[in-house]
Amino acid sequence: MTKSLKLSIAALALAAGFAVTAQAEDITGAGATFVYPALSKWSADYNKVTGNQVNYQSIGSGGGIAQIKAKTVDFGSSDAPMKPADLAQFGLGQFPSVIGGVVPIVNLKGIAPGAIKFTGPLLADIFLGKVNNWNDPAIAAINPGLPLPDKRITVVHRSDGSGTTFNWVNYLSKVSPEWKTKVGEGTSVKWPAGVGGKGNEGVAAYTKQIPGSIGYVELSYALVNKLVYGAVKNKAGKFITPSIASFQAAAASADWKNSKDFFLVMTDAPGADAYPIAATNFIIMYKKPKNVARSRQAREFFKWVYANGDAAATSLGYVPLPPALVTQIEAYWATNFKF
Amino acid sequence: MSVASNTLAMEVDDRASKDGRNDRMFRWAVTAAGFFVLLTLLAAGLSMFWGGREAFQTFGFGFLTSTDWDPVQQKFGALVPIYGTVVTAAIAMLIAVPISFGIALFLTEVSPTWMRTPIGAAIELLAGIPSIIYGMWGLFVLVPYLGEHVFPWLDENVGPLPIIGKLFQGPPLGIGMLTAGLVLAIMVIPFISSVMREVFLTVPTRLKESAYALGSTTTEVVWHIVLPYTRSAVIGGIFLGLGRALGETMAVTFVLGNAHFLTTSLLEPGNSIAATIANEFTEADSPLYLSSLIALGFLLFVVTFIVLSIAKFMLMGLKRREGN
Repeated sequence: MTKSLKLSIAALALAAGFAVTAQAEDITGAGATFVYPALSKWSADYNKVTGNQVNYQSIGSGGGIAQIKAKTVDFGSSDAPMKPADLAQFGLGQFPSVIGGVVPIVNLKGIAPGAIKFTGPLLADIFLGKVNNWNDPAIAAINPGLPLPDKRITVVHRSDGSGTTFNWVNYLSKVSPEWKTKVGEGTSVKWPAGVGGKGNEGVAAYTKQIPGSIGYVELSYALVNKLVYGAVKNKAGKFITPSIASFQAAAASADWKNSKDFFLVMTDAPGADAYPIAATNFIIMYKKPKNVARSRQAREFFKWVYANGDAAATSLGYVPLPPALVTQIEAYWATNFKF
Repeated sequence: MSVASNTLAMEVDDRASKDGRNDRMFRWAVTAAGFFVLLTLLAAGLSMFWGGREAFQTFGFGFLTSTDWDPVQQKFGALVPIYGTVVTAAIAMLIAVPISFGIALFLTEVSPTWMRTPIGAAIELLAGIPSIIYGMWGLFVLVPYLGEHVFPWLDENVGPLPIIGKLFQGPPLGIGMLTAGLVLAIMVIPFISSVMREVFLTVPTRLKESAYALGSTTTEVVWHIVLPYTRSAVIGGIFLGLGRALGETMAVTFVLGNAHFLTTSLLEPGNSIAATIANEFTEADSPLYLSSLIALGFLLFVVTFIVLSIAKFMLMGLKRREGN
């Protein structure tokens, strides 16, 4: 009796196992660390609803692009968009997945989060090492009444290549001609000053340890770790505190309509309430994939994410894409991803 | 009688041939093991040289002398990481070798017997701590302390001195080459001291007791009996520590500051070869960038080889002088 019961259970389990493997094909992705928390939450939720599994490896944006080019994954992910010419060369397409932002953080006694204000050119001068004391008149002029000490500024930057760095220096290049010619933009650059920490956590740790330091991290990281972040003046001339609302304003005001293959870096967005250093993560897929079934599933996954993933993203400090942008992405899929 | 001796002779013959075969097999096995090391070393070196050939071709000899490290302009040079690697390892050895001597000598010559086991166990436990723990301890405990108390004092009191002052000028960040050297020193002390302790124990009691009997003090016994007897093994232990200090990655990355600047001050942040590779490998998105990082790996190989060779030559010189 018990023996036959055990046997039938075993047979049932075996059958179920076969059924699952036959039905669900795991899709794989690799790339930016920035989206990893959101993607893994979405993947878990998606798995509960559909039984399909999405495996994402956060190996960095450069790695993500390399892996999709090598066709070892179904989708790649990058914080810096690929140029349309490069996409065309490899037969790739790209679309935004989620929005976040980069914020300046400081280690100064007696200053509350959001209290200190910066302008883009001032941030560039600080990171160039030209403004190197907190009592500099340039800082005092836009922060009247703030107790700024006579203390040396120590710049803290990322020591590893990163999409966070890309968005940060892309913004500095847009607002400071000197930064653009002397340093330029990229996932890692030749820093004119300061010390380098590995990852958001490394930058946060160095900033905490060095009095008078200034660094930059993703907003979600600054919020979770209760770091003192600053407000930044936007293109419209308003000082904007980084928040989910001000990132959303940036995403809404960015000129997605006229971008080719969504090749647009959202920094220095024109909206009146837009935070100037908002960032987009991009998903990269083949237009004519080797494995059609899996790529179709990957597309279905992102379709599901746009429809159902907003709450999960917001809870983790990300900003969902504005509805108009989602419509544009689905139109892009219809014309480019014909599988 | 003759029959018995015959079988014995046959047995001996049989044994001899079997022994010969076993001996040959054993010889082959150990030779293969020996060559395996050479082969691995050669393969690792060659593949890194091959991976870095694009960087060597592009920058030529300038790769060794340039302080540039600009991923945007695609200009790379290895001088800053090489300098940082050598300087931090040198600081580490400067601190670790005397302390390790002290620990090993205390344990073998001076300490009461009951203390030897707990201290010996502590050293072995220290050797087993993962390097990331040392890094975190360095960053969260050592860095704030150095930044608040030690570095400002060095900057004020040692900084103005001629020549040596150059090494101790700078902002008191608490992060920098001196901090990295300190953390490395603590990491290599267990390696060096446990080797030293083992070899000091091999000194025959007879020699030591004869010296004591002739009226030598403990210090004299250590300098004239223990150290000369164990010199080459002691230097082997130091090499082991030096190798670890040159190649250590994680702990150094935490406290070194990872900044590509060439500076004489030990209080300023710098960069090391291993830290640069660990930091930048994942996002090295152009072939030349990647190749430059692999070339750095090859240079770490070369640096380690040169440092160890110099040490070997010094040892040979020491032996020759002793012979005279």
